[in-house]
Order: sequence, then C-alpha cells, then structure tokens
Amino acid sequence: MASPSDIREKLRKKRRAFQETLVPTKHDDEQALVASASVSEEAPPATMEQEPQSSHEDPAETLRRSLKAQRQMRKKKLLEESPALRSPAEGVEDISKVAEDEGSTKRTAAGSLTGPKSRGPHQFERFVTRRLEEKLRAARSQGQSLQLQELGEVAVSRLQSLRDRHTLTRFHSEDQDGTFQVPQDISTRVTFQDAARLVGERERPTTVEAYNFFTSNFDPEPEERSESTSKTSVQKKSAESCDDSREEAEEGGEEEHEEHNEEAPLMQDEDGNVFVIQQTSKDFLETTKAEYIGLRALALRRGGLLYTPSSQRVPTSVKLPENVTPRYLEEEGFYVGQRPPVTSTNENILENRMLKMEEGLKWFGDDGRIIALPDPIKESSSRPPLFHVEEDLDPALQTVFKKPMKCGHTHQAYIAGAADCEGDYQLDVDVSGLIFSHHPLFSREHVQGARLAQLYDQYLDRQRNKLAEHLTDKLNGLRNTMRNMLEIHSEQSLSPAMQQRIVEYGVEIKNTRQLRDSEQEKDRALLKSLVKVWKEIKSLREFQKFTNTPYKLCLRRENVDRLTDEQEYEKEVLAEVWELEAEEDVDYQRKLAEYKKQLDQWKTWRRKQKSQKKQKKMKKKKKGQPQEETEEDENDPDANESDGAVDDGPPKPEPPEKLDFDAIEQQVREKASRIRRKPGEAILIPEMSASGKISAADLCPKGEMARREDVAKRCVFIKVLYNDKEVSQTNSRTLNSDFKVHFGQIFNLKIVNCPKSITLQVFEEVASSCSLLAQVYVPVPGSSVVAGSAPMEEFEFSSKQRVMFDHEGVGSDVPLSFVADGSNRVVLLTSGKVSCCVSWGVGEDDLPLAPPVSQILGSVLGGHPEAAAHIGPSGLADMKKIGEWAAQSRLDPNDPRNTSIMQLLKVASSGEVTAADYFRLEQLQEEFNFVSDEDLDRSRRFRLLVLRSQEVPEFRNYKCVPAQEREVTDKVFKEYEKRLKDGEIIDTKEHLDSHRALVAKYLQKIREAVIHRFLLAKHHYLLSDLVVEEEMPSIGILGLNLFHLAEPKRPLKPQRKERKKVTAQNLSDGDIKLLVNILRAYDIPVRRPPSSKAAQTSQGGMQAGDWLLGQVQVRPFVEVSFQRNVLQTTTADGPNPCWNEELQLPFSAPNGDYSIASLQSLKDEVFINVFDEVLHEIGVTDEEKGKSVHTRLEKHWLGSVKIPFSTIYSQCRIDGTFKVNTPAVLLGYSKERSHGNNGAYDNLRSLCEGAFITLFITIEPQLLPGESIREKLDSQEDEGLLQASERFERLAASEFPGRVCTTTVIDLNGKTVFISRYLRPLNPPQELLDAFPDNPAAAAAQVARFVSLIPSLPDRVSFAAICDLWSTCDQFLTLLAGDEEEHAVLLCNYFLFLGKKAWLIIGNAIPEGCSAYVLTQEESVYYMWNPSSGHYYGQYDTFCPLQAVGCLVSAGNVWLNIQEQVSPMRINFDVSRSHCWKPFFTGSFPHSSLTSVQPEQLVYRRSDRTTAVELQDRIERTLRDKIMSWRPHRPTRWNRHCTTALKHFLPSLELGGGGGRDAGEGHRHELQSMLGDNRISGFPLNMPFSEMAPIVEAVYSTGVHTTHSPNVEFALAVYVHPYPNNVLSVWVYLASLVRP
Amino acid sequence: MAASNPSVFLLSVNGQIEGADFPSYDNLYCKYCYVYGQDWIPTTGLEEGITQITCKGSQASHKLIWNFPLDVTFKSTNPSGWPQLVVSVYGPDVFGNDVVRGYGATHIPITPGQHTRTMAMFVPEPTWRLQKFTSWLMGRRPEYTDPKVVAQGEGREVTRVCSQGFVTVCFSIMMKDLKKLGYDSGPANPQSHAASSWSTEDQSNF
Repeated sequence: MASPSDIREKLRKKRRAFQETLVPTKHDDEQALVASASVSEEAPPATMEQEPQSSHEDPAETLRRSLKAQRQMRKKKLLEESPALRSPAEGVEDISKVAEDEGSTKRTAAGSLTGPKSRGPHQFERFVTRRLEEKLRAARSQGQSLQLQELGEVAVSRLQSLRDRHTLTRFHSEDQDGTFQVPQDISTRVTFQDAARLVGERERPTTVEAYNFFTSNFDPEPEERSESTSKTSVQKKSAESCDDSREEAEEGGEEEHEEHNEEAPLMQDEDGNVFVIQQTSKDFLETTKAEYIGLRALALRRGGLLYTPSSQRVPTSVKLPENVTPRYLEEEGFYVGQRPPVTSTNENILENRMLKMEEGLKWFGDDGRIIALPDPIKESSSRPPLFHVEEDLDPALQTVFKKPMKCGHTHQAYIAGAADCEGDYQLDVDVSGLIFSHHPLFSREHVQGARLAQLYDQYLDRQRNKLAEHLTDKLNGLRNTMRNMLEIHSEQSLSPAMQQRIVEYGVEIKNTRQLRDSEQEKDRALLKSLVKVWKEIKSLREFQKFTNTPYKLCLRRENVDRLTDEQEYEKEVLAEVWELEAEEDVDYQRKLAEYKKQLDQWKTWRRKQKSQKKQKKMKKKKKGQPQEETEEDENDPDANESDGAVDDGPPKPEPPEKLDFDAIEQQVREKASRIRRKPGEAILIPEMSASGKISAADLCPKGEMARREDVAKRCVFIKVLYNDKEVSQTNSRTLNSDFKVHFGQIFNLKIVNCPKSITLQVFEEVASSCSLLAQVYVPVPGSSVVAGSAPMEEFEFSSKQRVMFDHEGVGSDVPLSFVADGSNRVVLLTSGKVSCCVSWGVGEDDLPLAPPVSQILGSVLGGHPEAAAHIGPSGLADMKKIGEWAAQSRLDPNDPRNTSIMQLLKVASSGEVTAADYFRLEQLQEEFNFVSDEDLDRSRRFRLLVLRSQEVPEFRNYKCVPAQEREVTDKVFKEYEKRLKDGEIIDTKEHLDSHRALVAKYLQKIREAVIHRFLLAKHHYLLSDLVVEEEMPSIGILGLNLFHLAEPKRPLKPQRKERKKVTAQNLSDGDIKLLVNILRAYDIPVRRPPSSKAAQTSQGGMQAGDWLLGQVQVRPFVEVSFQRNVLQTTTADGPNPCWNEELQLPFSAPNGDYSIASLQSLKDEVFINVFDEVLHEIGVTDEEKGKSVHTRLEKHWLGSVKIPFSTIYSQCRIDGTFKVNTPAVLLGYSKERSHGNNGAYDNLRSLCEGAFITLFITIEPQLLPGESIREKLDSQEDEGLLQASERFERLAASEFPGRVCTTTVIDLNGKTVFISRYLRPLNPPQELLDAFPDNPAAAAAQVARFVSLIPSLPDRVSFAAICDLWSTCDQFLTLLAGDEEEHAVLLCNYFLFLGKKAWLIIGNAIPEGCSAYVLTQEESVYYMWNPSSGHYYGQYDTFCPLQAVGCLVSAGNVWLNIQEQVSPMRINFDVSRSHCWKPFFTGSFPHSSLTSVQPEQLVYRRSDRTTAVELQDRIERTLRDKIMSWRPHRPTRWNRHCTTALKHFLPSLELGGGGGRDAGEGHRHELQSMLGDNRISGFPLNMPFSEMAPIVEAVYSTGVHTTHSPNVEFALAVYVHPYPNNVLSVWVYLASLVRP
Repeated sequence: MAASNPSVFLLSVNGQIEGADFPSYDNLYCKYCYVYGQDWIPTTGLEEGITQITCKGSQASHKLIWNFPLDVTFKSTNPSGWPQLVVSVYGPDVFGNDVVRGYGATHIPITPGQHTRTMAMFVPEPTWRLQKFTSWLMGRRPEYTDPKVVAQGEGREVTRVCSQGFVTVCFSIMMKDLKKLGYDSGPANPQSHAASSWSTEDQSNF
C-alpha cells in the first residue's frame, strides 16, 4: 500500500510544519529525535514509546495528518504539476530527514515494509524503528558512502538555492569536510584545535555571520549525529572508511558551534594536507610562537570584560522609565522617613552599577532615587545611659541585694524604690475650706442668697466671655462683606461662583444672627432673674424682719447717648428686616416656581382628562348607551374631575402667600424689645457684695433662733483617704452663719503605694454623732505639680440625704416653695464645694518628692520619648500641652510613630477628652474585632479552642475541633463542667464525711496550682531538650572505656545492659508492655490438714505428720493483675517455690495519652497475688468403661504485693525481694516455719517473719521518666544557707553519685525550705500513749501503726510530675494523705517526743525508690522503721526494704553518708564519726538557729465512733453488692453464722496490733467448732481508709469470689476502727465456706 | 450530601523533593515528615519517608537530585496548625559516620496550584569549640531531639545553628471545601491562569 512517495510526502509535510514553527521548538524536537535514535540501537521498544513523543503527537494523529497531507499534495500535484514548486519542497525535505535517509527509506519501503497508512499506529512505530535499523545497516555498507556523498552535494546545491533566506546549515561546510580523510579518533581534536586557532586569527564575526549563527537551522543534525555515534561504535571493529571520517568531521564541526563552517575553506587551504598525509604524532602537535598581546590591547580587551562604574551623578531621567516625570511622595503628603546617610559618591556608583544591570530600574523609586527604607537608627538612646564603669560607680547607685520579704499588701502596686525608706514620696493635701451651696440648715433667705450668688457668678462668667458682643461683631463683619460684595459686583452679572458665595454668606448671617439673638436673650433673662431674685430677697427680708445673709446687689446704671443708641437700634432693626425680607423673598420665589411647575402639571393632566372624557363620550355615543349617563358626566364634570383628582391626579396647587413685609418688621421689633434693652435705656450693671449686716439673734423670731442654734451646734470636718484608706482628718470646725468653713490644713502623706485615688470625705458632726455628708474625689496630681505652685481648686459635692427640721431650716431633699401659694416647688439637695489642693511635696534639696511619671500614668504615651523630653512627663497628661508641642515641633502626621499622638489630639480637639484612655489602650480594636465579645463567649467552638490551648486536661488532646459551630455539641463540655461543679459541691458518697471531702477539695486545689506551675515550666526549654549533643569526654571516661575494651569477655556472666530509653510521646497503645519476672518466694504459708482432725490434735504434731507423710503442703502460683489483665505463673510446689517466669502484661495509657505527665499521674497498681492451687476431687464417675476422676481447681489467696505503676515508671525497674502482704489470719493455713533443719539460718531469719517474693519488674521499652522541675523556686531561707546546701548537694552528687542527698525540700506553697526545719518533737495522740503507759516499745509500735494508717498517696500521682512536696505534720494530718516523707517526718517527730533518739533516713528503698525511713537507736541497737507500713527492721535484717542510706537528718543537722557502703547492714550509724558521716553544719559553718516549720503542738480531734460505724455499714454493703455483681451467673449465699463470728473477731485483731498470729489460731478453732465440717478458707484484710475504690480493688484481687464450687457460702465482715483525727483502720474479713 | 454542607476540608499535596544544593557535601539522603496541628488528620499517603542516597552529578550545577515524590492528603477542620513539611538531610562525613547535614521546614503552600519552595537548611552548633572538634572527630554532631522541632517556634531561643544549604521542593496543591467552610485562600481563579498557560503551550506544539 504505502509507496515510498507516501512516506516522502508525509515527511515533506512534517518538514513544512517544522519550518513554520519557531526555532526553539525545533530545537526541542531535534533533541527528542536524537534521544530516540540513540536509544533505538539498544532498546527498540523504548524507541517505540519515544517516537510518537518526538513527533509531537500520537501515531494515529500522525497517520491522519499524513493522509490528509498526502491528499493535499496529490491535489497540488495534479493542479500545478510544475517542477518549480517541487524544488523547494525537495530542498526542505532533505534537510529534514537527511540525505542518506532517502536512499535507505526508499529501499526499505520498497522492500519489506508496507506503509504506515494501512497499519495501525503500533505498526508505524515498528516501522520507524525498523527504518532506523535499516539506516544502520545502510551506514555500514561500503557502497553507500558514494551515494551519500552525491546526495550531500545535491543537498548543498539545493541549499545554495535557498541562500536568499540566509539559512545557513551545516551542510554548507559538510560537503567540504566530506572530502577530508581523517581517522576518526583524532579528527575531533584536530578540528577543535584548528577552529580555535582560526578563531584567534580571524577577526570578530560580522553581524551577518553572527545572525546566521543564531538563526540557522540545525534540524538535520541530530539524526545524523546519532547515527554517526552509533556507527563509531560499530566501526571500531570494522575497517576505517572515508565515510566515517566524514561523519566524524561533521561531528567535530557540530561541537565547534557552527563557527568553523565559515572557516571551512580556510581549513582546507592550510590544514587540509595535514589530514591527507599519513599521520605521525608530530602532525598533531603544532608549534606556534607565544602570543603576545600588547598592554593597550590587553587593557582594551579587559575593558570589554570589566566594568568600572563611574562616580558621576546620574541624571534622574535615566533612572526613570521613559516619559515619566519624577514623583515626590513627600510633596503629595505621604510620609517618607529619613533615609540612612550614604555618601553621594557611593550612591552614584551604586546607581551607575544598577543601571547597568538587567532590570536595574526596579531599584529606583518613583522619585528617581534608590528605594530605601527609613533610617532605623534612633537618634537618642532609649536606654538610660550608664555613666560609670563598674569600679567607680557611685556608692549611692550601687545595687544592693535585698531579700524579698513577705508583705501583706501583695496586691498593691508598689512604687519602685519606695520599699526602702530612702526614696519616699510625699503627697501634700491642702484642704483649705468648704462652702455649702445648700445646706439643710439654710433659711429661706440663705437659699435665695445662694441662688443670687450663683446667678451672679453666672453673670460674671458671661460678662467675661462676652459671647453676645463677639457674635454681634461677627454679624456686622459679615454684613459688611456682603454689602461690599453686592456693591462691587452689582454692575456686572454675578458669576455662579459668586452667587454661590452670596448664598453662603446669607446662610452664615442668618445662623450668626440667630445665635446672637439667643445669647442676647439669655443675657437679658439672666439680668432679669438676678433682679428678680434680689427683689425676692429684699421682700423676704422685709417680711421676716431680719436679715440672715450679707448679700447686697447694686445695679449700676450706665447712661448712654440716646440719639446714637436709637440710631443704632433702628439700623439694626432695619438691617434685620431687610435680611429677613430677602430671605423670605428667596423663599417665596422658590415656592412660586414650585407652584408654577405643579400648576403646569395639573393643567396638562386636566387637559388629558378632558380629552379622555371626550373620547369616552364618543364611544358611549357610538355604543348607544343611555343618554342620561353621558349627560350626568357632562353636567357634573367638575365633581367628576375633582374626584379624579383625589383619586389619581395631582391636586390643584395653591399659590404661595404673598409676603407681608409689615408683619416681618413687626416681628423683628417685638423680638428686639424682648431681647434687647430699649434704645436710650441705661445699661444696668449688677454688682453684688457681701457687705450687708446680719441681724443679731435676739432680734429674730423663735424659729430662726432655733435654726441659728442648730447651726452653731454643727461641726464639719474632712477625712482624707488615700487609696481608699483613711490617712488623716482635719480638725472639726463649727459651721458659720454663712455656711463657709475654713480649715487651712495641709497634710503631708508619705506614700509607698502608687497613688490611685485621693478622696476627701466631708463629715458633719452634731453633738457626738457624726455623719458622712459627701465624698469628693480629687485627681492624682501630675508629678510636676509640686507644693507651692499648685493652685487651689474647687471640687463640688452633693449629698442625697433627706433632712427636715421643725425650725426655719429648709432641710434637704424637701420640696420648698418661695411663693406664698405654695406652687413652684423646688427640691434642694445638700451640696457645696471643697476647695483644696493636692500636690507633690518638695524635698530639702528642692526636688519634687514625686514618683516617676511612668508609674502614675502607666505608659500613656508609650514610646514617644521625644515628647516626654520636650514637655515634661506631666505634660503628657495635659492635652493642651501635647497639642502645643505637636504644633510646635511640626510633628509629621503621617509618620506611623506618631499615630497615637495624632489620634489622641484628634480626640482631644473633638472635645471628647474622656475618650482618650479608651483610644490609647486599643486604638483600633473595634475594627479588628470579628464579632462582639458576647458572640465570642457564646461560641462553643471558640470555647473549645480556648480550653484546648489552655491545656485543660479534658481537652488537651482533643483532636479535630469541628469546623462549624453547630457541630460542637454541648456533650463535649459536659464532663468538664461536671468536674468544675464537683469542685464546688461536696461529694459525700465517695468520702466518709464532709471533712474528708473538704480535704480532697483542698488537695485538688493544690494539685491544680502545682500543675499550672508545671505547665508553665514545661514551656521553658533548655538546650538539652532540643539538641542531642555528645557529652564532652573527660579523660576519666576515655580511660574507663579503654579499660572496658581490655576487659575479658565473660559470656557466662551476662550483665543487664542499659536499654535505650524511649521518649513517651511517639508511642501508641500496645507498644508498651510491663514485664514481670517472678523468680521465687520464701516461706509461703502451708496448708493445714483437713479440719476435722485439727480440732483435736495439736498443731505441732499435725505438721510433723504432714511433713513426714510428704504430703503436698502448698502448691503456690503467682497471679499478676494489671489494668484488669491477669496472667499467672505455673504452679510450683512447697513453701519455697521457684518459678523464674516472665509475664508480659500489656499496658495502655488512659485516653491514649502517652505524655510524661499523663504516665506519671497514672494511678494503676500492679497486684501480685500469691495463690494456693487446691485440687478437690468431687467424685468419681464410672461411665461405660474406665474411671474418670473429676477434680476441681480452687485457688486460695495467700497474700499480695502491690506496686504502683508510677513507682515502676519513675524507677525504670524494680528488682528485689518483697515482703508478701499476708493477712493476719489465714484460715486453713499455717504460717509456722514447719521445718527445723536449717537451724543455722534461724537466727538470721528470726527478725523477719512472713512470706517473701523476689521479683523483677520493668517496662518494655524503657520509658523516659519525667525530669524533675528545674525551676528555681523562691525561698525564705537565708541566701548563705541556700548556697551552702547547694554546695553540699553538689559535693554529694560528684563524690558519691547515686547517693541520695537532700538538704532542701519544697513545701506546699512551692517554697524551698531547709529539711531539718521539719523535725521537731511533736505529741502523738494522747490515746495512743495512754494505751500502753508503761510499755514504751508497745507505745512506739502503736504510734507507728497510727502513722501507717494514714493513707499514702504518692506525690507523683497527685502532682502529675516529679516534684516532692513536703507538707508539715499538721497539714499532713489535715490532708490525711501524703508521701513516705510525710509519714517518716511525722513518725520521727513522734519518736522524738517519746524521748527516743530518732533520725530521718533519706535513702533508696524498694519498691518506692528514693524514700524516707526513720532510724531509732535503743542502746546501741539501731532500728529502721518503714513509716508507711509501720514495720520496723533491725540493722542486720536481710529483708529490710531499705537498700541504701544517703543521709541522715535530725532537727539540728544533716549528715551525708561518706562511707564506702550504702547498705544499712554494712554501715555505721554513729554520726559522730567524722570519717563516716559528713555533717552539714560544722564548726566553720555553725548551725544558725533554724526555727521549725512545724507547729508547736498538734491538736487532735477525738475519734468518732459513730462515723466509723456508719462507714463500716457502708463498706459492708458496697462489698456485698460488688461480690454479688462479680458472680453474675452463680448464686451468692451468705452465711450469717460465720459473718457474726467474723465480726466478733475483728476488733480483737485491731487491738492486737494488727499482727496477732495466735489470735488467728483462736479464730480457726472457734470457727471450726461453730461451723463443723465446712471447709473454710478466709482471711482478714487490713488497710487504711482513704476511699472506697481501693478497698473494693483489694477484695477483688484476692479472687475469693471466683470459686466455682456449687455449694459455697460466703462470709463478710467489716470493722472500722477509728483513731484520732479521723484516721481509720479498715478491716475486711472474708471467708468462703464449702460444705463437703 | 457532604458536598453541599461539608464539615471538613481536604488538602491534597502532591509534589516532590526535587533536590538539594549543598556545596560541600555529597552522598546525601533526606528524611521528611509532616508536622500539623491537632485538628489535622492525614487521610492517605505517606506521612514520612526517606529518600535514596544521591551523589553529585558531574554537571556544572553540582546539584543533588532526589526527585522523591510526596503524596499525602490531609483533612482538617481548622486552618490553624497548617501542615508543615520538615526535611532533614543526612550524609556521611569524612570518616564515614552518618551525620546530619541540615534541617529545614516549610509550610505546605496555602494556595492551590503549583509552588516551588526552596528551604534553607541549618544544623545545630556544638556548644563549645572543643566539643565542635570532638564531635567532628567522633562523628557525633549535635542533632535535634526531634526533627519536628524546626517546625515549632517554642524553645528555639536556646539553640544556635549554622546554615548549610538549600533543598528545593515543589508542591502541587489541591483543596476541597476550604472555601465552603468560609476560608478564602489563594487567587481568585487559578484555573483561568493555568488554562491560559496551557493553551499557549498547545499552540506552540504545532
């Protein structure tokens, strides 16, 4: 199908397309082609993929296009058939697919290949690849070379024809190169060299050449090159041929970047023979003479490369884009800061350089200068300057360290430096006097007099302002201007602008006139009322026949020239009339115009109506409607129309009224007579004086006399309050008849606190009772207001008190009338003015004793030091001064720094001075608020976000706060709100009584406070938190490491390696496991034989029998339960079993929160329970064949160890032998050591009793325990002591690493306290002492038991982080919860009280880790007491949980253990030995008498029997319910007999000190006798009471309820023994009875 | 149903860690991870990854090329805590110890479309000069406890760092429903811009 012509045409078509497109695209295309071609040699499939890409389209597209092109071509051919057209097309074509291609493609197409037209695109791809293969083959063939050369020539010739297009291609040179015979391996290099040389010799390329170089088509190149490269590889094997060399030369030429194309002929001339001749190595070396370039030439050349910017000024026009005039922002009113100073030379150089750069113009601003930010450097330093170097610092300025002191006024803001007495500030309050403007004791005359005085004051004030005169002047001025304007422009027609101005003037005049009129009216009214009041006073005086007030009003007449006055008056009136007329006229004209318009409208409408009607009529007539109607219409058109007008037409407008000028004049005259004095009338000037005489008392009537007496009785004084605290008061002065009081007292207030308010309280004293009349608030003066210069100010006050008198006094808040008929009543309130003056005192050296202004005003004008410097700090509060200053200094209003001042001034000038504060605080807050605060508060989503960011525990890990408000349900907050509410209400259900609940609440509060502290501290980072850095290796460590290398390997002694610690944050559920390795146990209680015999035979015999019989004594196994996951070991035999098993318990943190804080506060405990596995045969069945024995496994609880998770977490691992907490009585088991054959150890073991278990517990992977808080807490200790203790601790840490040494601890307030302050003899409850008056040992045990019964609550749990808080003993007894330390301190203090030698041991114990024990000494025997269990151990007790002793603490000293050993067994406890113990206080650092933080005496509340009983019932009920709920599928029966018996036993157990072993035997016997054959297993549990939950948990862990026996019965008894102060010991006796 | 009234918005991040420019180091690889706020959940894609080790090419640019693809989709309800890409680069030192060569972080672009980000990388400096020497000798340079530190501002004041080089990352960002939830990010109509550039490209092909 596909003929070669098809392909050719297709190619031709494509070529044309290429030619049309831009050069870069072509270039891309080539490269793609090259790639494809080169790949095709090795991997044809790859080519298939590449090919379509290279032709820019998928094969199908190509096909379609080629077909189309073909069709077109055919058409063209048919149409034109001219060879002329063909030749350029050919020319194009051969550039495209290379001359050699043509031959090969022709052949291949003619041969095997069918055209791409008939095949699919895939076929086409294959075709292309095959074609390339063919090409390769063709290249290889020798004969082809000739053909190629021919074709090359043809191509060149064609190219030549295209010369006019300036498209120069490689082929131009190619054909010349083609004639060279060059071996391929060197040709490249040679051509390079040649080219280089040629370039050097030749001149620079001409522009045309350069153009050609950049625009020429390199299209044909790639294919060829690819082939050539492929060929080279092939031809290395084959013989060299001229063809190849041609190719190579061409390749070289290509690398030459076309330049040597131009040189090709030259090359031929000079070097052509070099290549022709057989080569020797010499031929390739060329010797030329050294090149010398002249200095000038060098400089010239360098000049071309280097650029030296000139320092000439650059004209602005160059720096700006064309046709742009520079624009100066400054002139346009924008703020432009000051530029940083740069020398003009540098600036010029920079500008020149920038202009050379590409896009250099972007560096220039609109004004043609380099864009620069304002100079950021402040001119004045914002920090106070330091004038002195350290040495010669003025002693007065030397900083002195002062210990912070506790002070009551913590909430008050102190003035800095005022704390010490030197820099005290003084405030002078000068209370000069008091005037009442109304007082209840005013007589009527007084009231009138006061009014008169007030009016006169007003009058004086008005006179001073002269508002009316001012306005009159203004009015006259305006009128004159108006007149002038009209006169000047009367001839010419007025311009519209002028008219506008005249109108404006008119309006202005009108407004001013109205203002003036009202002012004049007021003046006149005031004058009138003055006269009126004066007349009233006069008449009153006449009426009552005496005078009470000294007021006198004179009216001075000032005569005026009647004539001029009249003229003026007339002139004024006329002017006004004229103006009014003009105004009215304007108004009239306007109205008239309006009227006309409306009239026109109306008329047109009417016309329309008429025409409509006519039309209607016509229609009606046509239709032959009854005539009457039409007649009616005609008859009554007006009515109809008016109707219509009412309905829908405009109303007929009324013509405006004509002006009545007479009326206007009338009005003006009326007004003038009302508000102005009549022409020619004298000007009245009132003058008031207080020179009148008050009539003597004996002349007055009775009522008045009574009033005056009353007045005389009254005294007034003023209290001065500073910051709401009374500081002083004036002497009390009697009230004068004029109700003026003069004090004239100055109070000097030495102040410490920042002045907030100064208040004067006016008191009135009658006889002995005094009452507060009113309060006057005096503003705090600015610091520049100093005594002497401050003027007196008057402050008004008033009181609302209601006072009535039966004498002449008018009273206060009482309606009062001055008219005879009682109308026109007024109500007067007591009021007055205090004249006083508050200023800052002046010191001896004339310095104002005022605190710095910043502290008074806060930072009012924050950050404007210049302003402060200029007008003084007090000026900052003075708006006027700021304004003046701003105007003076010409503040740039656009400077962003000045915005606050500008804002302030703006507000101030607008009159709203009070708004200033509000503006300064948050200038633009309103604008930035999204919604109002209420909306924000209401938003649940926002609340959620806020709570989360506050790290409230419920929300700390809240993920995905919903995006929409409505998706946040209230449910989210329910828990949180509940918790908040719970904090307030007392939950009596969980706790014993309200007291405990209160304590819990208090504890919660402390916890929250502490947690808050830690949250703050958590955001405080150290370098080690962020960056892991290798410690700097010291020589010692290096040496140690080397030693380790040399150490022999001991594979048989594996050592525990330090595991890698994992930070807790990137953990999730299931990652963490708790590893519990149970090794062995000792002295597990053994079973007793069946009970029936035991009743008769003696114990010893029984056991011996057991032993001899080899009967199984006990089959113990261990069950570990943690977070309700239970795992157990296999069962071992005997009382000393060995399991050596590892149990893995999964661990999951609450809420998936694996943060350190969360893990630390985890309250879960690991229960390790030892059980005995009992096998019961329940019968033998004999079914069909063989016997099957049915047995039932029962497990009996023997004892438990519980270890809190927080301990494991903080210790990382727990390794040791623990005492198993066995019940006092174990029914059915004997705790007797049943064998006597290891007598050698008996001595050793005698001290310890009970079972022991060896454990190893750890967490896998190892979690990083939280670090203790490193915040340095404040302290009230002496600084020297603190430093010493720090030194001491550091010494301990460096010399004895791992040894606990504590000298300071943190108390509940978060303060550091020296440890020995906690020790002091304290009285234990008297009841405990009374119990054993003559047995100190028993008393001690009793005290220890009491202490151990106080519930233990690790600090880590309660405070969620490592922070040991030590509470004092009274706090501890109130809280009834504490750590080991608190227990130890209390126990130690009790022992001290009992007269024992007691110390506190700080050391390491298992499982608690760092802990505190109590050491007592009794006749050279030392005992160690575990304060939380109440047990004591001898010094040589193997199983003592105390493992290491760090230091000893007594009330007077602290001793550090400096012995080699730490184990209590191997150390000497004699603290007097200086080589064993290092004391804290030594001879050189004597013990400063430290007072104890403990109270002198502890007060106990008596034990409360009734609450105990109540609790007892509650616990019993709860447990009963729980046990039943734990056995959901089986009935739970309670044996009442047994229960009562057990109840009976419990008190005796408590009295027996908790460990009556003999009592246990008694119980058993008793029970056995009572219940007969029943198999009994049971035990009493004893624990301190804190909450219900731990009791339930303990009962659950014993697993009594799990028994499967069908006929089991349970017995439960609870006993609560009360100790003083609500310390409760809870006993739970639990037993199961199985009937055989 | 969700389309009309979405409660979350989606942020799809595609792109690649193109390469780095570390003038004096070679044979580097890098790790990346994302740091995002509490309201963000990655729905698909890899949250962290580690690239191949790359050597410098012989080209003039001397760039280290990874071309490591990033593809992750987040869903979120709150633009606060917008995800950040944290990249840390590691490579051997003269003794062959693997040491950190740089930390860097950048926010995922907040506008849809194509973005290229060049992150400046830095490493913490040793505290002492002697330590600098020993750390160099031992090949234990100071490192951040967690690379994510570089995406947070808290606690950075205690560290000193030294700048190292640059890592270039390109992102293609797509978002869904962000605007519906009332957050407006990015140009008014990114599509038109993209379309225009695409169309010119189309034309140039023929």
